[in-house]
Amino acid sequence: MRDVAVIGVGETEFGELWDRSFRDLGIEAGLKAIQDAKIASEEIDAVYIGNMSAGKFIDQEHVSALVADYAGLADMHLPTVRVEGGGACGAIALLQARLAIASGMYDIVVVGGAEKMTDVGDVQAAEILSSTADQEWESVFGATFAGLYAMMARRHMHEYGTTREQLASVAVKNHKNGALNPEAQFQKEITLDAVLNSPMVAEPLGLFDCAPLSDGAAAVVLCAADKARKFTDTPILFKGSGQASDFLALHDRRDLCTMDATVVAGKRALAEAKLEPKDIQVAEVHDNFTITEILAIEDLRFVEKGKGGPATLDGVTALNGKFSINTSGGLKARGQPVGATGVAQAVEIVKQLRNEAGKRQVVGARRGLTHTLGGTGATAVVHIFERGD
Amino acid sequence: MAIPRFWREIGSRYNLIGTKCSNCGKVDFPPRAVCPDCGRKSIGKMERLQLAGKGTVVTYTVIHDAPAQFEMQKPYVMAIIEMDEGARLTAQLIDVKPEDVKIGLRVHSTFRKLGQEGEAGVIHYGYKFRPAVSN
Repeated sequence: MRDVAVIGVGETEFGELWDRSFRDLGIEAGLKAIQDAKIASEEIDAVYIGNMSAGKFIDQEHVSALVADYAGLADMHLPTVRVEGGGACGAIALLQARLAIASGMYDIVVVGGAEKMTDVGDVQAAEILSSTADQEWESVFGATFAGLYAMMARRHMHEYGTTREQLASVAVKNHKNGALNPEAQFQKEITLDAVLNSPMVAEPLGLFDCAPLSDGAAAVVLCAADKARKFTDTPILFKGSGQASDFLALHDRRDLCTMDATVVAGKRALAEAKLEPKDIQVAEVHDNFTITEILAIEDLRFVEKGKGGPATLDGVTALNGKFSINTSGGLKARGQPVGATGVAQAVEIVKQLRNEAGKRQVVGARRGLTHTLGGTGATAVVHIFERGD
Repeated sequence: MAIPRFWREIGSRYNLIGTKCSNCGKVDFPPRAVCPDCGRKSIGKMERLQLAGKGTVVTYTVIHDAPAQFEMQKPYVMAIIEMDEGARLTAQLIDVKPEDVKIGLRVHSTFRKLGQEGEAGVIHYGYKFRPAVSN
């Protein structure tokens, strides 16, 4: 298998972007990444798009051809692929593109992730998000997406004594990081009290425990590592990738306080990279709800099972703490355009490893990790990146 | 949503029909064609089993931000329930104050209206749960 490197990254600002359409966002991110990679469009072999649900959000399917078309690539007749996998679709698209290059079939692939969520109302958007859970045996009975995560939080509190303050400290930390990210949806710090006093969504989770609905897109250019030097002095290498699935419905899982898909995907990625969690300095993990980040840092073995809450409150995962987690602000503060998530996480890690993260730069970052979930954890994807110079 | 989508699930939603693997004895709800533990060995050996409708709350939440369908019911309690046969399911808890719900609460199934397809659409029914009067 050939090594694969990231040679270019781009992203739009994230937020409620009323004046921009799905195609505007996809094209902006893609063109920024192509410019950053300094490649000519003739050098692109394929386009992969992570998108969760354009069919429901904007009534448009077949978005892979659409994005390539409006990026000015129609005349090149490139193969285009749209990947679906709930919130993990962008991360799966990255893995599929990596494999396509590793196989030798392609040399350069542009991977985009995009979602336009605000063309529908917020109640409808929440219902679309919940369609990544089990519609027939969860949603139909009234279980919302937030409700399912809330039930994980309740069980985690019951088994490990996790407190609402500890959950809230995830939101406080990620807003603090988001305040340093000029592309973030929320560039504003919040207090622990503000999180604790926010209106309840699904007990014990309040509004500020939840990531927002967002519009946005991100893109990366992947290249066979042996050709990457032609384009950049700091190629960022894929060192390991792991993907795993689990029971679709939360109630069927082995343990409500552990996402086995994350555990397995993390082990697979670390095994390929021949690394341990302690070798990672910076990570972007799925934090669609505060409890999700707690579970992620435990299941990826950054901290012991059950210790995610106290560790977060103690600053273990703060910027330039023991592990810098969600330096972009995460889904919570950077924003959560679902299809863009996995790709945007990779963009942040690449910026960190290139030492281009500005005010939120992690000192001495050499290796970074992304962790992305689909649904309530029925899919998990982990990628590990390293500076290639 | 088309009526057959609800009609197909009547067996399980009305009568709590699941399956029991005759290879290992594990009970699944809703029915499965393949046992998650036994795989190929279970094919053709999954027997229909009606759950007794008794179980225990494993975790729960009180939903304040509800889908349009459930707007009139909020706040309402959702729970994951472990049935006495071992299978788990997700259901609404009724006839109980949110503050009285606890992990470990014993509950029994009951038959209720779940929702309706718009003003004049088909009404669909299924299980909800309420605190057990006796175990």
